[in-house]
Amino acid sequence: MINVSSVSKWYGDFQVLKDCTTHVEKGEVVVVCGPSGSGKSTLIKCVNGLEPFQRGEIVVNGVSVGDPRTNLPALRSRIGMVFQNFELFPHMTVTDNINLAQIKVLRRSPKEAAERSLALLTRVGLEAHAHKYPGELSGGQQQRVAIARALAMDPIAMLFDEPTSALDPEMINEVLDVMVKLAEDGMTMMVVTHEMGFARNVAHRVVFMDGGEIVEDTATEDFFGKPRSERAVQFLSKILHH
Amino acid sequence: MFAGFDFDVIQRSLPYLWEGMQFSLGLTLLAMLGGVVLGTLLALMRVSRFAVLNVPAGGYVNLLRSTPLILVIFWFYFLVPLAIKKITGDPYMQGIGPFHSALIAFTMFEAAYYCEIIRAGIQSVPRGQVNAAYALGLTYPQAMAHVVLPQAFRNMVPILLTQGIILFQDTSLVYVVGLTDFMGAASKVAQRDGRLVEMYLFAALVYFILCFAASRSVKRLQARFSASSA
Repeated sequence: MINVSSVSKWYGDFQVLKDCTTHVEKGEVVVVCGPSGSGKSTLIKCVNGLEPFQRGEIVVNGVSVGDPRTNLPALRSRIGMVFQNFELFPHMTVTDNINLAQIKVLRRSPKEAAERSLALLTRVGLEAHAHKYPGELSGGQQQRVAIARALAMDPIAMLFDEPTSALDPEMINEVLDVMVKLAEDGMTMMVVTHEMGFARNVAHRVVFMDGGEIVEDTATEDFFGKPRSERAVQFLSKILHH
Repeated sequence: MFAGFDFDVIQRSLPYLWEGMQFSLGLTLLAMLGGVVLGTLLALMRVSRFAVLNVPAGGYVNLLRSTPLILVIFWFYFLVPLAIKKITGDPYMQGIGPFHSALIAFTMFEAAYYCEIIRAGIQSVPRGQVNAAYALGLTYPQAMAHVVLPQAFRNMVPILLTQGIILFQDTSLVYVVGLTDFMGAASKVAQRDGRLVEMYLFAALVYFILCFAASRSVKRLQARFSASSA
């Protein structure tokens, strides 16, 4: 579904991604983790072309992301993305946030879009908040709306860029619960996160990054059970012992 | 202390002054409207990645912002008819008249200022919002129209209105092409009746009341906006 091969990226002279290669199969959940500044957010933004990269190739559902002839908006409309800071549109109600791309990109009728939005809001448990503005919701609620907004496009895969990092601790679980359900329904997911509990329970594979490189790319139980690299061992000892 | 003055002159000339005021307000509103539309287009050109768009827009803005308004009004009044004659080759071609030439001059001049305000507004919308719009499959024009510009304008309303108040004061410059706005009307009455002090005091008072009231309402609007977005 998603194939990343030998991707390198520079900001000026600074190389943020070094020859990264990995893949996500259909129905697979892959967690990308690593210390901050390791390039994991940059990598996931390359997958739907929000960040350009200079070398290598990313193919999503048979379409090359870096190819200048690729219709990026059309490709992105098939890949859902959830951001660290939710990025709901503050000047629109919750429903309008979810309706917008359905109407403008998928050309659904306003009635059809509204029905779909309500169904998705019910799925994330927020149907009572349909007419509120994002500013009136808690962080966890906003992130669940953001997930509903991405799902409204009937995506073939979902990208999560640290979806719980900006949340207060008591709100993390309500968002993770939605993500776990999505995974159980067979959604293809690439998730950048520090939530090691989520990784251990839900992920099929873990990609560990450090300094712009993919250091480990293994099955979840192997990553937590017997990490091969010294850097992964250090990372795990820092993150798990609290 | 006002024993030697005749304030009745104001009362007597009110209908004439009102005509002038209507002209001032009309020109202000039309030039604001045109300036915002043209300014938005210029701002979109200036934030564009393409040099063919952002270089001319930048040049236009810098040229007009470094030119006195009175000169721009003059140019349009005297040069545009000449240019029209040259282009059409018809020596009997009339100009477009002082009102339209002044309206175009104000619109183009204000557009340069509005462009910079709107550009700042566009750049004040966080990058993450644009990324979220793109991630949903929206194209650049769709992201601008539905996500960036509505938020930009919301942030900019107070400063756009403040610029409108400045424009209202600047419309008094139309006297240079023989048009009579409120200031011009007051000035004509003052000179006709020899009542300079009375008329200019009155004119100053009217400008002060209107502009002060307008800027107070802008402040209140601003307070309400920042309260609702918090």
